[in-house]
Amino acid sequence: MATPTSPYEEMMKGLWRDNPVFVQVLGMCPMLAVTNTATNALAMGLATLFVLVGSSFLVSVMRSLIPKQVRISAYIIIIATFVTIIDYSLLALFPKIHKELGAFIPLITANCLILGRQEAFASRNSVGYAVMDAVGMSAGFLFALLALGGVREILGEGALFGFNLFGPSFEPWVIMILPPGGFLTLGLILLFFNWVTEKRKQAQLNYQMAEERAS
Amino acid sequence: MTDPTLQNFLWIFISALLVNNFVLAYFLGLCPFLGVSGKLETSVRLGFATTFVLLITAICAWTLNTYILPHAPYLRLISFIVVIASTVQFIEMLIKKVSPSLFRSLGIFLPLITTNCAILGLAIFATNREYGFMESIVYALGAGGGFTLAMVLVAGLREESELTDVPKLIQGTAFNLIIAGILSMAFMGFAGLFSS
Repeated sequence: MATPTSPYEEMMKGLWRDNPVFVQVLGMCPMLAVTNTATNALAMGLATLFVLVGSSFLVSVMRSLIPKQVRISAYIIIIATFVTIIDYSLLALFPKIHKELGAFIPLITANCLILGRQEAFASRNSVGYAVMDAVGMSAGFLFALLALGGVREILGEGALFGFNLFGPSFEPWVIMILPPGGFLTLGLILLFFNWVTEKRKQAQLNYQMAEERAS
Repeated sequence: MTDPTLQNFLWIFISALLVNNFVLAYFLGLCPFLGVSGKLETSVRLGFATTFVLLITAICAWTLNTYILPHAPYLRLISFIVVIASTVQFIEMLIKKVSPSLFRSLGIFLPLITTNCAILGLAIFATNREYGFMESIVYALGAGGGFTLAMVLVAGLREESELTDVPKLIQGTAFNLIIAGILSMAFMGFAGLFSS
């Protein structure tokens, strides 16, 4: 890293500037598949948080022990172990949520966001930084999941977290909770992100120009 | 669940190919779908390479499920990943030795595919539905065909869209996602193929 940053900054960057979904476009598969309701999105986000923090911690602790040549396999086995733990825990504690998420809990293993963080960050930084980075990234992921799940549930069922919002006169947009709704909503959210980034860049440019003129 | 009739195989194949398309209905394998689908020719190659890996995965998963995992079900995920990744690596070396031209045409895609969630997804879905050997193979062919179909369709659309004047703001992932959404909507039309 070029400049030393505080663990707090490491954490905050995952939320907005380097948001894993909106900016880096990672971890799309679970992102779209389970966000038909906000509850599912929350459960998926928390499961990913557990796996990412756990494996970042372990990878960072063992970073001098893992030989370079087999590091990817080692990371995958560590990740798969944590996914197995959360899979069985959910089955025991919340069987209903486990049934709803179904095959997508084991598929957290193949989430490129998690492997990406191990390779890019946890394997090169001390434990404290690695855990903070993992917390920030999964918080960003959770935020994206909730945004998508919230929009889709409100429009598709007229409800949020299962509570009815608009009363019986609301005609739900069924398409939003079906697969196409996932693609379209995420596309529009990305569009919004692009727009905000573009606006900010423009504002900064204008500010600089004004400053130059003033001097 | 094992029903060795032709009708059952056909049902599994068509269902994986069109109705429950891996990309457009299950959102599996989106990374290559959004990343590589810029050119028609590359997409076709990637589609075939993926189908090939899916086929190997189905055989591996079936073998593990039948002979090993009944003794240790909690090792399912870890053993799937390790066995599939190493088998693909081994076959890659084999192809390189036996047929360099095939190796060149599959190219770097082969090792990358292993980390594609469609591969693990196929193994898990086939396990959950308790498919037999032949059913697994037919399912893998259908899923691979569906993946190829989706890739080729999107690549064609993207090639066309390069000729049009798309606003700068929309270009990139957002545009691809919206294309995929419209395609996915079109594929929903197949949902009525089976009444069950």
